[in-house]
Amino acid sequence: MITLKEALALNKEEIVKLRSDLKTKIEEKKEIGAYIEQLQNKPIAEFGEGIPIAIKDNIQVNGWNVTSGSNILQGYVAPYNATVIDNMLSHGLAPFGRANMDEFAMGSSTESSFYGKTLNPHNTSCVPGGSSGGSAAAVAAGIAVAALGSDTGGSIRQPAAFCGCVGMKPTYGKVSRYGLASYSSSLDQIGPITQNVEDAAILYDIIAGHEVKDSTSANIAHEKVSDKLDSQRKLTIAVIENYVEETDEEIKNTTKAAIKALEDAGHKIVYKNLTNSKYDIATYYVIAAAEASANFSRYDGVRYGNRAESTNLKEMYNKTRSEGFGEEVKRRILLGTFVLSSGYYDAYYIKAQKARHFIKSQFEEILNEADLIFAPVTPTTAFEFGSKSDPLEMYLQDIYTISVNLAGLPAISLPIGFDSKNMPIGAQFIGHAYGEQALFDGALSLEKILKK
Amino acid sequence: MFEVVIGLEVHAQLNTKTKIFCSCPTSFGDAPNTNVCTVCLGLPGALPVLNIETVKKSIAFGTAIGATVHKKSIFNRKNYFYPDLPKGYQISQFEIPIVEGGEVIIDFEDGTQKTIGVTRAHLEEDAGKNNHHGSVSHVDLNRAGTPLLEIVSEPDMRSADEAIRYLKKLHSIVRYLDISDANMQEGSFRCDVNISIRPKGEDKLYTRAEIKNLNSFKFIQKAIEYEVQRQCEAWEDGRYDEEVVQETRLFDVDKGVTKSMRGKEDSAEYRYFPDPDLLPVVIPDEMMEECIKIPELPDEKKNRFVNEYGIKEYDATVITGLVEMAHFFENMIKEGADAKMSVTWLTVELLGRFSGGMSAVTSPVNAQKLGTLVKRIKDGTISGKAAKEVLDFLMENDVSVDATIEKLGLKQVSDDGAILEMIDAIIAANTDKVEQYKSGKDKLFGFFVGQTMKASKGTANPGKVNELLKQRLG
Repeated sequence: MITLKEALALNKEEIVKLRSDLKTKIEEKKEIGAYIEQLQNKPIAEFGEGIPIAIKDNIQVNGWNVTSGSNILQGYVAPYNATVIDNMLSHGLAPFGRANMDEFAMGSSTESSFYGKTLNPHNTSCVPGGSSGGSAAAVAAGIAVAALGSDTGGSIRQPAAFCGCVGMKPTYGKVSRYGLASYSSSLDQIGPITQNVEDAAILYDIIAGHEVKDSTSANIAHEKVSDKLDSQRKLTIAVIENYVEETDEEIKNTTKAAIKALEDAGHKIVYKNLTNSKYDIATYYVIAAAEASANFSRYDGVRYGNRAESTNLKEMYNKTRSEGFGEEVKRRILLGTFVLSSGYYDAYYIKAQKARHFIKSQFEEILNEADLIFAPVTPTTAFEFGSKSDPLEMYLQDIYTISVNLAGLPAISLPIGFDSKNMPIGAQFIGHAYGEQALFDGALSLEKILKK
Repeated sequence: MFEVVIGLEVHAQLNTKTKIFCSCPTSFGDAPNTNVCTVCLGLPGALPVLNIETVKKSIAFGTAIGATVHKKSIFNRKNYFYPDLPKGYQISQFEIPIVEGGEVIIDFEDGTQKTIGVTRAHLEEDAGKNNHHGSVSHVDLNRAGTPLLEIVSEPDMRSADEAIRYLKKLHSIVRYLDISDANMQEGSFRCDVNISIRPKGEDKLYTRAEIKNLNSFKFIQKAIEYEVQRQCEAWEDGRYDEEVVQETRLFDVDKGVTKSMRGKEDSAEYRYFPDPDLLPVVIPDEMMEECIKIPELPDEKKNRFVNEYGIKEYDATVITGLVEMAHFFENMIKEGADAKMSVTWLTVELLGRFSGGMSAVTSPVNAQKLGTLVKRIKDGTISGKAAKEVLDFLMENDVSVDATIEKLGLKQVSDDGAILEMIDAIIAANTDKVEQYKSGKDKLFGFFVGQTMKASKGTANPGKVNELLKQRLG
């Protein structure tokens, strides 16, 4: 597949051809189910005529069914564009196809989508990761130039790692959330999933920047990174040693090889540890669930989406939400409702906020001595469908990614090799807040070294 | 004997042009669901952005009641499901409201005063409206997201009368600050009343009932009186614990009773938490400095009127009760009208002629005209009696004061020659009465005055007539 950088050099007719060829490819690779249209046997959703970019189903595109992969939003047509979509359009890019996802971005395998499974292009018996599994699978399968995903606890980086592509989560506040159906407002960020690091930087530049419609948007001018990429820049990189040691043997070895390669290329490597990641999980699931429990209250069947037949108001709420939400979403709404309840608020929500501050301070401490942090993305490579039936086991998929969201830092996941079953292995760089330039420089450096 | 304990929660709709978290207009009475957008409809992906005007108006209010205005306050989500609440939570303030503390002073006719404490005032968004038509209900979200300042009092009031005085004072303050239209009928000034009773002498607060749906001072008064009676009777009958429970009650306007509305909130569990879509509200120093400069408040104005114009305290209270009236009065003074005369002509003559919901704002005779009229009395152009005729005419016709005086031929005759001519004619026609007067029948002086006024059709300056008659009759 043509890269985003290459596509940006195409003329109008070439773009028309690119779009038409892409449609054919999407049709041919229907079994991947990366796009909701592939799963539903429908023509690909389009808006505008620019370079086609796959859009996760929780990012609003005017006139599209945007459903967050949920039954409760069936029939809903978004009446406006998310800010990232408008930004894309003004740069010659165009939303093209709805990428499949875990329902409301809650999951690590894309198995919880209302529309069905997305397959991992490297091995179709394996999951593509999640929640932005459709976006990553589309890029990996060569049926998307690039894609947008969203990352609340690893939902861009983990599927990128499982599918062998590049996925980047910006600093919290760098990309407007206006038009992204909220899961956890204080953690959500939209980001690019691409074929290489440079494309990620290009797409990031297009979608980033301050915006008044999002009060949490950072009020600082965006400094372009893609035109200043420098793979020769020598950086101090802190490796999270305890994370590397915890991963399975093949990931551990590949990661260590990558660290060696970075060192050989002239980067300074230092070794650090982070607190046991089980605290990250607990903190994340309290905060994310609490925010989600309120964010999802709007899905009540009153104004839009699916409304269940009922004879009274209470029944309408009960049936609409019972039938409309999937199991994982219900689980997290219940969890979030519980931790916010009087008598439990201090013990859970307030405590989680304190833990969040602690996690953030740990990152800050390490980043005082380093430009970047280097860590694994996942404890294993892509797993088989249905192999993680225990939700807690599924939650462990996020152990190396969620703390980054809790700290609000930027991170990028990129492929560093394959395991013995030929499944991709990813690793992530984590940067200073608003330190995207160093983040992309480091990632580009590693990408180049590994290509040699 | 019981003591009544009343605390009030007032929702004043702030009169901003746009809603609190989006740019939809706040206008009242438009077709349903026309003033709505992605944000106030609660669409997926929509985010709130604070309208800073609401903060400015809150600062003004806090300043007016001598409260602490928090430099940093926080918006929280108050979670509950209702069809008129698009997001399934209301954005409100909980642990750190923008305004905390403060007091409102209420006045009584005998000149005494009482201070009512204000616990807090916080910003929040209004909900929409559910309209029920038989078996279907329609939701109108035009009102959803209009800014409210919820003003919570301490339980400091001891009677319906005190509660009404507090409300009227609060109403007057927000009108003086021009932060709310405070129109009770349109719902831009709403009140919930918390009532409990206790044996006199006790400090403990007993179970309170909250009464909602009160949209006029009259209903508030009636609702309180009914509720107090209900609680007292329950106590006396030994059924207090069963009948007086912490609950929300609705006032039935037709029957004049309060009714339990259990069902909406079995037990309130709002799961407040800071809204992650909004940053804490931090007031910049410049904004604080700008917004604490507030206009003159009712009490200050009243005192100034008394001191500056020498009008009676009671009159000053009446005039400053409504900001529109106070402005009307001040504009009359600006026109050059005498202050004391203006009081009478405004509060007695003009107000007495109002009909069908007229107010100082909608009055057909504006302050400039009424001021001119008063001026014409003072300078002797017309008599007070004639001025009433002029005012009657002006109530019906949009013309100038002077043109009316001219048209109705009411200009006072103060010219000695003209009056003397009339006096001489009257003396000539009543020689017998002149004789009687001169021989000591003083009472007949009135007869001559009357005759002269009659001859002038009331336009002769009575002072002049008196003076000249005395000259002629010796």
